[in-house]
Amino acid sequence: MSTISEAPTIGLTHGSSEDTGLGHRGPESKSIVVPYGFWLFVLSDMVLFSALFASYATLVHATDGGPATNQLFDRNLVAIETVALLLSSFVCGLAMIAAKRGHMALTQAWLVITGLLGLVFLGIELFEFGKMIGEGAGPQRSAFLSAFFTLVGCHGAHVTAGLMWLGTMMAQIWAKGFRQDIVRRLLCFSVFWHALDIIWVAIFTIVYLIGTL
Amino acid sequence: MSEHEPDLLNVAPGQPHDSLLSETLSYVVGLGLALLLTGISFWVASTTSLWGPGVATGLVVLAIAQMGVHLVFFLHITSGPDNTNNVLALAFGVLIVFLVMIGTIWIMAHMNANMSASPELMNLQMQH
Repeated sequence: MSTISEAPTIGLTHGSSEDTGLGHRGPESKSIVVPYGFWLFVLSDMVLFSALFASYATLVHATDGGPATNQLFDRNLVAIETVALLLSSFVCGLAMIAAKRGHMALTQAWLVITGLLGLVFLGIELFEFGKMIGEGAGPQRSAFLSAFFTLVGCHGAHVTAGLMWLGTMMAQIWAKGFRQDIVRRLLCFSVFWHALDIIWVAIFTIVYLIGTL
Repeated sequence: MSEHEPDLLNVAPGQPHDSLLSETLSYVVGLGLALLLTGISFWVASTTSLWGPGVATGLVVLAIAQMGVHLVFFLHITSGPDNTNNVLALAFGVLIVFLVMIGTIWIMAHMNANMSASPELMNLQMQH
């Protein structure tokens, strides 16, 4: 039992045992069940996004004479957004490594950088939305734009919620230290943050790159 | 399960990620691969030296590859026996995602193709 390693991994795992999880040892510990449950939530969130992607793909040509995809999107901005979110995800991983070793200053520093990169992403996205709405290409213009703002806006709302969660976690670590339950929450946050980056990969490919071919 | 263990995240699989170097390396490799795939995606989308009709498919393949990189190097989904539950949940999630997306796109494309009695009517439908 003492060979359990420390990698920040999600989910229902069983250390070095061949046990199935509910055998003679009883249910798994909270530090295993909680991230597994959160992983299930993240997967259901991806199912939600798949419905938004499906409706976007169905409506992408229904522009009602309004602007189409290749007149609206700026690839350079999207490239900056993509790199910012990817680096944010990476730095979040570094924060988890520091948190596992109980290194307060380093953990907080990495988390601050994670949040700042997330803010860069969100700022660019809001700038793009504002520009589009200013040009009369708001969500009420056409079915395509409704689907676009729903899909990308839903991801942006997730990032916003993630940033608030990040701030909460930084405060909790600061005030309460690396307690087991706090670190479990931090682990769930990192899973959430990495998952948002995965969804962004689909968005920048399907919406922005294929849309501007 | 490990009361006297100093570690804070005893949620790990049996994967040998217990040293600072190997854990950091996992994220660095993941970042490098993700940046590489992102760069290729943007290049494929901008270049004119590739066969046009294949570009969209290539982009989707690149995106799926990058998602795989994120899952393995950032979320630490592995093929180890202790990760089976995560992989099974992921497989079910992927199944639903593909059913929803491919099913919707397939059916809606066919409805568009088969219900175009007159171009005007088609236009009316498409423009809402």
